[in-house]
Amino acid sequence: MGIISAIGNNVAENYHSLIQGNKGISRVEKIDTNHRDQIMVGEIDYTNEQLESILALSSDNNYSRSALLGAVAALEAVKDAGITDIASHKTGLISATSVGGMDMTEKYYYKYAEQPEVQKYIDGHHAGDSTQKIAEQLGIDQSLVTTISTACSSAANSIMLGARLIKSGQLDRVVVGGTDCLSKFTINGFKTLMILSDTYSTPFDEERKGLNLGEAAAFLVLESDAVVQAEGKKVLAYVKGYGNANDAYHQTASSENGDGATLAMEKALQVAQLKPTEIDYINAHGTATENNDLSEGRAIMRVFGDNVPDFSSTKAYTGHTLAAAGAIEAVYAVFALQHNVIFPNLNFKTQMKEFSITPQLTLKEKELETVLSNSLGFGGNCSTVIFSKQS
Amino acid sequence: MKKKVYIQSVGAITAQKTFDNNEFLEEIQTYKEQVIPSVNPVYKDYIPPAAARRMAKGIKMGVVASKIALEEAGLENVDAIITGTGMGCVRDSEKFVSAIIDNDEQYLTPTSFIQSTHNTVGGQIALGMGCKGYNFTYVHSSTSFESALLDAKMQLELDEANTILVGGVDELGEHTILIHKLIDHIKATPIATEDVLTSTTKGSVFSEGASFFVLNNNLNDSCYAEVSAVEIMNTLSKEHVLKAAKDFLAKEGKVASDIDALVLGNNGDVDFDSYYDVFAEGDFSEVLKVHYKHLVGEYNTVSSFGLWLGAKMLKTGTIPDAVVAAPTSVSKLSTILLYNQYRGENHSFVLLQQC
Repeated sequence: MGIISAIGNNVAENYHSLIQGNKGISRVEKIDTNHRDQIMVGEIDYTNEQLESILALSSDNNYSRSALLGAVAALEAVKDAGITDIASHKTGLISATSVGGMDMTEKYYYKYAEQPEVQKYIDGHHAGDSTQKIAEQLGIDQSLVTTISTACSSAANSIMLGARLIKSGQLDRVVVGGTDCLSKFTINGFKTLMILSDTYSTPFDEERKGLNLGEAAAFLVLESDAVVQAEGKKVLAYVKGYGNANDAYHQTASSENGDGATLAMEKALQVAQLKPTEIDYINAHGTATENNDLSEGRAIMRVFGDNVPDFSSTKAYTGHTLAAAGAIEAVYAVFALQHNVIFPNLNFKTQMKEFSITPQLTLKEKELETVLSNSLGFGGNCSTVIFSKQS
Repeated sequence: MKKKVYIQSVGAITAQKTFDNNEFLEEIQTYKEQVIPSVNPVYKDYIPPAAARRMAKGIKMGVVASKIALEEAGLENVDAIITGTGMGCVRDSEKFVSAIIDNDEQYLTPTSFIQSTHNTVGGQIALGMGCKGYNFTYVHSSTSFESALLDAKMQLELDEANTILVGGVDELGEHTILIHKLIDHIKATPIATEDVLTSTTKGSVFSEGASFFVLNNNLNDSCYAEVSAVEIMNTLSKEHVLKAAKDFLAKEGKVASDIDALVLGNNGDVDFDSYYDVFAEGDFSEVLKVHYKHLVGEYNTVSSFGLWLGAKMLKTGTIPDAVVAAPTSVSKLSTILLYNQYRGENHSFVLLQQC
């Protein structure tokens, strides 16, 4: 696994912050926006220049911030997996992004004509550009490399696709995840939708005021049984089940009773061949918007009935990292399994009046076998991935 | 045992009049342009006028191309919708970025932001038909569509779905055109349709379009073609294209001489058409070469139209005059190889066989 987020620049730092209850939410510093004092964000400490130097890029590089963050996280993942020769097995890369190179696009939009020196960023306009660069950094060539963009469910879908590519025998190994940087585009977009909180976000709280945007990248290395056996590798966790469904309700809002989320969770349980009672922890999408938490909470109750397992949203730590969220939270799900610990749903004060379920509010140690992770997005896209300790 | 995958129906909107499935490039629209827009069907025949007015061009093209494909397949719903789009809803993205800059982050409305996300077309198709099934959008330049096709094929082979709608869609945007002219990705001067393939200048003719297909496992009389294999590669050097093509065929137990026609992605860019030149000599030298981008221009998912062309060729047993350089007859037409790349990156191979 590899990760960079507002609560840490690598795997170890992220785990430490989760355990300590340290959130990475603050006023935005690296983006020149008029909304600075009205919003809180999960921003990564490193500047682009620092990230470029970590990656040893030459000054004429045309990396967007999404590409820089993605490359840092993906390189950590490959190193963490003990891979010294990426070509030793048939290896692909599936990344996810919604912002892509928008940070550069919005910066140079009207400057391209007069400033030839910034024209190098035009090539980075398409969403696949950051993925191509990450593949290059990892040394993946002549292979299956693609990008998924299904809004806030994107990275969960890259994990799902990766698992299926291995299952079908197309690949032996696949690096899966996602990356999204902060941008004026998303800040203003979510602002116009009036779903940005002016303070720390409070998932599943009656008084919730909206989400905090965040930036992050995370990647996980998935390997086939054959590779694991051949190399005698230690497996961190298994992708046990996955489900994808569409709410088919509204372009941006979730249906009142979370039809799509319900279907996604049910499908994932079916693929995993698990009963709802066999899920030990749910890492919820829990963005802290009025609409999501109600819809997702109801969907959870529809699937789990009176036996809703411990659940929490970790978005109060990192902010909502959009297309990357599914991968960030996959890493956190694996942490939960590795350390038998459930992370608290920070900032919660008041019980929602529509239902009686309450998220886990303190760090809880508990033997965990399975974790279910939800990712829901615009366009009705709903995704669930289930991770387990045992195959 | 993997199940076989068939193209059951098609629907295409391009810079040619391709939306009528009873026609097959009999009448060609010629251009002398740098950028060519799509030839529009009567959208209100498919979408209520009020809804159509709210939809950006890409959404409209995607929704209508998918309706044409569904209609031909006699279906109202499917198990999964998988979309490829290189640039997504670029007009709304442009609208929102310029509004942010022009108005200094004030007085913004959410409409263009909402419609700007890459999965808008896939989401709108699902919303229109009430499809709660699997819904993915791939956004990887010139392999966006082939990623979608590969995903669909995998699900049908593994019996994870019975009927899948898969397609590629991209729309033109003014600012995108402007800046791609600056870096010579678009030709510097207008070029005539008949001169595109022999062009000696940089860049291509940009365009837009949507091609959608219904895929399933049912072999029947109305099938277009079997999708036998799909492969995408992020990188591939010119020197390795031939070997990659032969390796791709070998996995299906085929050799170059089994191929009756090669559908190639030449777009008239002097810097990159050489990737296709390798087929002129050696193992594939005798194979009939078919081209289509001189007719419909270049966009990230134009290779979905390449699939439309190959599928139509197999179903009808004919090859339109407009897509072969010289009138050539082939003794048989049962196996077609498609190869495409854009600017030397994101290569794809697709093998089609007669049903």
